[in-house]
Amino acid sequence: MAAQGRHGGRKSNKMTALVVDDNIVNRAIHLRLLDNLSIENEAVGNGKEAVDIHCSGKTFDLILMDMDMPIMNGIEATRKLREMGIRSMIAGVSTRSMEQDVREFIEAGLDDYQEKPLTMSKLISIIHKINGNG
Amino acid sequence: MERNPLRRQLQIMRKSLFDQGYLDEQFVQLEELQDDSNPNFVEEVVTLYYRDSARLILNLEQALERKPYNFNKLDAYMHQFKGSSSSIGAKKVKAESTLFREYCKSGNGEGCMRCFQQLKKEYATLRKKLEAYFQLARQAGPMETACRPK
Repeated sequence: MAAQGRHGGRKSNKMTALVVDDNIVNRAIHLRLLDNLSIENEAVGNGKEAVDIHCSGKTFDLILMDMDMPIMNGIEATRKLREMGIRSMIAGVSTRSMEQDVREFIEAGLDDYQEKPLTMSKLISIIHKINGNG
Repeated sequence: MERNPLRRQLQIMRKSLFDQGYLDEQFVQLEELQDDSNPNFVEEVVTLYYRDSARLILNLEQALERKPYNFNKLDAYMHQFKGSSSSIGAKKVKAESTLFREYCKSGNGEGCMRCFQQLKKEYATLRKKLEAYFQLARQAGPMETACRPK
């Protein structure tokens, strides 16, 4: 992996990812998917926590952002992170399939969108985009 | 063909879970995440699911006791429940969740109630079957790899 990814991220040979999802089952699965690809990872439970972790100075190569979350949803969090200048790859991951809902999420600043449940092949396609292969 | 009788029994049990429509492809995806470093991953996630979804079931039960129904709230709870169910490959439970949400959108309270009773039955049935499956899996020892049902 590049030391400084195309979408930001700290100087490290290992890719980093943040899982943003209020559902404990999905968090466990997404973290395991990332572990299996040797991607360093953390998880938070809503959009506000995602913003706060960036305010603390952390950055990630990849953010897997759920849409429907309490306190701050994925659309608001994505907008906020982009306003803060966060250039990380943000992939929306949601069960929503209606075009209008997905469009609003994408327009908030996503680089990619995948419908849940997230699978290994979907995650790999997201990562290929970070590496400029997708 | 698996020679070990316990593993053979496990394969048969696993196949029937798919053939009878209790599980779908997503369960296979979870199995593929399991390895020597995390040999009980699937059981751990399923356990997490039943623990978390018990809370959602309770929320739904309490919401269905209040009249008039708050369909937005009911739909929101079921959206979460459906998401988790889908993530572990619980096919029948997911189908009932989808139906429940349709009843919410059309404001059909009786439909919601009927559907919820059926959902709880499917949820409980799957739980029993998975508990039996994991118990046998522990006795049988690790299987080689996840395989898609034929």
